[in-house]
Amino acid sequence: MRDFLGGIGYERWVLPALLLIPIAGAILIYVARIGRGRADDIANAGSARVIALATLTIEFLVSAGLWWTFDTGRSTWQNVVMKAWIPEWGANFVVGIDGIALMMILLTTFIMPLSVLGSWTSIREKLPAYYALLLVLTTGMIGVFISLDLLLFYVMWEVMLIPMYFIIGIWGGERRLYASIKFFLYTMVGSLLMLVAILYLWVQTWQAGSPTFSYDALLRSVDVGRTAGLLLFGAFFLAFAVKVPMFPFHTWLPDAHVEAPTAGSVILAGIMLKMGTYGFLRFAMPLFPDVAMLPAVRTTMLALAVIGIIYGALVAMVQPDFKKLVAYSSVSHLGFVMLGILALTMESVQGALMVMINHGISTGALFFLIGMIYERRHSRMIDAYGGIARVVPLFAAMLTIVSLSSIGLPGTNGFIGEFLVLIGSFRTQPIWTVIAATGVIFAAAYLLWAIQRILFQPVTHPENERLTDLNAREVVIMAALVIPILWIGFYPQPILARMERSAAQFISDVERGATERSGSARVGN
Amino acid sequence: MLLQEVAAAGAHPLSGTVATWMWLLPLLPLAGFVLNGALALAATYRRGPSDPTVHADHTHGAGHDTGHAGTAHPDHDTAHHAPTRHRYAGLVSIIGPAVLFAAFGLALSIFGAMTRVDHLEQPFVQRYFTWMATGDLRIDAAFQLDQLSMIMVLVITGVGALIHLFSIGYMRDDPGYPRFFAYLNLFVFFMLVLVLGASYPVMFIGWEGVGLCSYLLIGFWFSDTANADAGKKAFIVNRIGDFGFLIAMFLLYAHIASLDFVGISQRAADLAPGIVTAICLFLFLGCAGKSAQIPLYVWLPDAMAGPTPVSALIHAATMVTAGVYLVARSAVLFALSPVASLTVAVVGALTALLAATIGLKQWDIKRVLAYSTVSQLGYMFVGVGVGAYTAGIFHLVTHAFFKALLFLGSGSVIFAMHRAYHATHSHADAQDMRNMGGLRRYLPWTFALMWIATLAIAGIPLFSGFFSKDEILAGVFARAGHSTLADVSWFGIPGNVLLYAIYGIGLFTALLTAIYMTRMMLYTFHGPNRTGETERSHLAEAPWVMTLPLVVLGVLSAIGGWLNIPELMRFLGPPQWLHHWLDPVVGAPALAVTGGAPVHLTHQTEYMLIGAAVVIAVAGILFAVARLKPARLVPKAQAVPERGFARVLANKWYVDELYDRSVVRPLVGGSRRLLWTVTDKWLIDGLLVNGSARLTGFFGRIGSYWQTGNVSTYAWAIVIGVLVVLGAFTLR
Repeated sequence: MRDFLGGIGYERWVLPALLLIPIAGAILIYVARIGRGRADDIANAGSARVIALATLTIEFLVSAGLWWTFDTGRSTWQNVVMKAWIPEWGANFVVGIDGIALMMILLTTFIMPLSVLGSWTSIREKLPAYYALLLVLTTGMIGVFISLDLLLFYVMWEVMLIPMYFIIGIWGGERRLYASIKFFLYTMVGSLLMLVAILYLWVQTWQAGSPTFSYDALLRSVDVGRTAGLLLFGAFFLAFAVKVPMFPFHTWLPDAHVEAPTAGSVILAGIMLKMGTYGFLRFAMPLFPDVAMLPAVRTTMLALAVIGIIYGALVAMVQPDFKKLVAYSSVSHLGFVMLGILALTMESVQGALMVMINHGISTGALFFLIGMIYERRHSRMIDAYGGIARVVPLFAAMLTIVSLSSIGLPGTNGFIGEFLVLIGSFRTQPIWTVIAATGVIFAAAYLLWAIQRILFQPVTHPENERLTDLNAREVVIMAALVIPILWIGFYPQPILARMERSAAQFISDVERGATERSGSARVGN
Repeated sequence: MLLQEVAAAGAHPLSGTVATWMWLLPLLPLAGFVLNGALALAATYRRGPSDPTVHADHTHGAGHDTGHAGTAHPDHDTAHHAPTRHRYAGLVSIIGPAVLFAAFGLALSIFGAMTRVDHLEQPFVQRYFTWMATGDLRIDAAFQLDQLSMIMVLVITGVGALIHLFSIGYMRDDPGYPRFFAYLNLFVFFMLVLVLGASYPVMFIGWEGVGLCSYLLIGFWFSDTANADAGKKAFIVNRIGDFGFLIAMFLLYAHIASLDFVGISQRAADLAPGIVTAICLFLFLGCAGKSAQIPLYVWLPDAMAGPTPVSALIHAATMVTAGVYLVARSAVLFALSPVASLTVAVVGALTALLAATIGLKQWDIKRVLAYSTVSQLGYMFVGVGVGAYTAGIFHLVTHAFFKALLFLGSGSVIFAMHRAYHATHSHADAQDMRNMGGLRRYLPWTFALMWIATLAIAGIPLFSGFFSKDEILAGVFARAGHSTLADVSWFGIPGNVLLYAIYGIGLFTALLTAIYMTRMMLYTFHGPNRTGETERSHLAEAPWVMTLPLVVLGVLSAIGGWLNIPELMRFLGPPQWLHHWLDPVVGAPALAVTGGAPVHLTHQTEYMLIGAAVVIAVAGILFAVARLKPARLVPKAQAVPERGFARVLANKWYVDELYDRSVVRPLVGGSRRLLWTVTDKWLIDGLLVNGSARLTGFFGRIGSYWQTGNVSTYAWAIVIGVLVVLGAFTLR
């Protein structure tokens, strides 16, 4: 496999190709629409979803090669492509991956074709626009994960936000406008602050005579002093904490999830929330390690992470709306990611990365399942169901498996991530870890209670007797998601091996940065 | 992958023998799960959602007026139309038990191979692949075979096979027949992983996996809210215990960077005393969850909502004993912490007593057995708590025999009762002993076999329970005289005083055990029949496929004690076989507890202890026979509720109500009101988010208020502004 890919120069063109393929697909959708009249419903614009599915399947296949070509022995960037963009500003088109970006890319390209399948019948109007936006969104998300230039990163960040804003605002539920504006403002406030911070950093290099947005250069040279460092870190922190979302910046999430169409929720939870934690891993903490490691700052963040775990679980427990329940459970899961990142041990950081992947798969699967049942019954309310395991056994089996993975049952992917986070975090943050570990109890409580009320007990609504079980398309989606759930549960080692170097690099960047700079600060005084 | 990556375990005496096939032990039931699960899904999916027979079956199941509606409903349709056997029933009846019998056969031959090796001091470890490795952490997917896990494997596959056989008859007409066997097979898979795992994390896969199967099987008839509730309760309460298990692993890793049993036994001595105690106590929290000890025992009685074979296999013979296994497996650690060991013994003794008192006043035959199980598990913990690890495991084995027999026997009774009530369309409770009585005439085999089990659990000499219970009590008594436990103080109480008190509680509990078991037998099988005039003619013994396992278990309950005959009675046969067998695993820790030398009681003392136990057991039975009058009992429908203390016992000391009021409701209510409504909706979203939006809007409106569009207003504003600025400068 590796030889073949080397022969076609795969490693040199793969990353730009991943950015361009979805764009090409989006253009194709509009070309295919020419001369088809104005009606945008399935009858007239059904080709849009076929094109989107084909494009994103190709995207996935192209990206899959990275799994084999990735060199686990290297800690430097791989598959780097660099083109001059705005030379006078020192802004370049630089992309490259490490183990973390690799897994995030694969997660994205894996979820996206499934999202198209999940939208297949539920999206009934303005199809070309919808699928084109999904494609542009893909480019944006891949771009965020591979950008090694801060200006490029920022552009990609915005490219990713705007399609999602439209997807919620146009194809969402009843309160879609409120939700989409809330989503937009929340994330916009954060990202504008981040832009200011990026520009501040750039001005520093500009004053030093060599302006640059290069991530590597900034990583080496950033030294802005304590106060400016605090403010800059604060700006990055806000941008990413909103995205994660960390308590108390999470209230946009339940609204956005509830109103978004199925694919929107899947992508939002499965991929876009990881932009926040990815931001901490790639930018906020390595760029400002001295600030991030200040005891007060670190403790505050740890506290917010652990509060998020418990609070998210408890609030999830009392939600009458299943989609909201899953949304709050995301707050809880992402709290584990933040705990793992902040504890800064190999096990905990690897665990955090695993939780990022697992949450993408499991929560994505949960939203797919909600979408499937919603299409049949047009209700997300838990008490609209009950007893349907007897009526739709396959759906019930899938929901049970996915819920168990979300609960973190050993043998499923969920356990690997949570276990690594906790066992690693315990070494440096035992108290916080013990509190966080109670989250495993609450997770069982909220999900089992919910699936009991949905799947078990007597059937109380006669209309549920007529539900039909999963069709072939839906079985394909769920099978695709259940396979990695079990695979990662039993054999996560290939993934851990690919991320090992990058996790170590992150820890050493943060630790070395923190000691060197606090050291130099002491000399300065 | 498994096959290829099996690493040869060096020059271990077992390498090259049939023991290298041990990975097949769990794989066989796993294969059974996959096949039966596929059949279950295929059948339900093909049948489609609107098959009316499905609905009829289930509404019937839900229509029971039994308080804990998990009564079996096998065979309920025979009187009206042909039984609605599952379309794959035949295939499933072969696959389900066959994998278990195959596993048992394999286990026997591995056991044979082990007995042929002379000095088997080291466990036989097979590593298959790296499960998780990052940083300093390395967890292998590895199994470990030693004398302890061998005993467990034999019990699980042996008793498991018998219970699978019984289930063919018991569940034969259930619409979920393949699903039932799929879950049962999956359970055995996880249980074998639990006892074969070579490290705590691998064991934890089995540990949580059996909990999952327990959840699925308790709620097997999930269309009933009570059953689904019971399953959920079991899972969540177990999760509280699992939290303890997790923290124990974290502590081990943080302090000795080792999670596999071989590594831990090498490095345990490096642990600080306080850390060992913490590890052991957290592990024991896990045991309290899985093995239903105070304060986490509340899930087990509710778990009786599951089909009766499940109660026999999971909630009596195997899964609930996993906690005892865990303590024995961690003997190296517990022996280092007298305080933690005493805690285990104290909790075990109190649980034994508490559950026995509740068992005195239950009417549901399965509930009596459930509290009896909790109580007997308490005994096992007393054994492993005081460092008599062999005694604890011995009682685990004999209990697996006689309690599985009791549960399957009660299943036989319920099966007959249910068939009788079904024939007459009665909705009376098929599990309530007030509706039984005099069944010995209709179910003679079940009657005789259950009496064997009752005599065994009561501790009548030469029956299996007599030997194992006596060994535990003697072990406590001996260690009260001399051991590391006797020398420490536990919350200010001297260890030896505590141990004598535990001995006393154990003896008293034995009395209660004899009483409540005799009560159960009297009310079920003796006296006049209360089932009903017409129903009576339908009462009959179950088919042979259900009776045969009872017979086998009856034999084992009677002779199981020969596994470990005390030195004192060596005239009965070779003494202390189990003790010698387990010595390489738990011998050293047991010696550590008793201060380096084996415990020794004089023959006189030992005879006295045995005498006391026998007198207590006989007294209990005679007391029950003398005081309880089955003839005076009235059927459930005419019964009056208990009064006074009896009512407290019948209501299980109101512990469930206490937990509900003090934990569950505050947590749910607090989350709903304080966290969701107040914090999330009002504070964060209302005040901060939408508040700042409104504030922005407010300033916007103020701004727009000044934008009048009236030029003279603007002119005046400019003039005033200029004046203010000038004034500010001049006044400076």
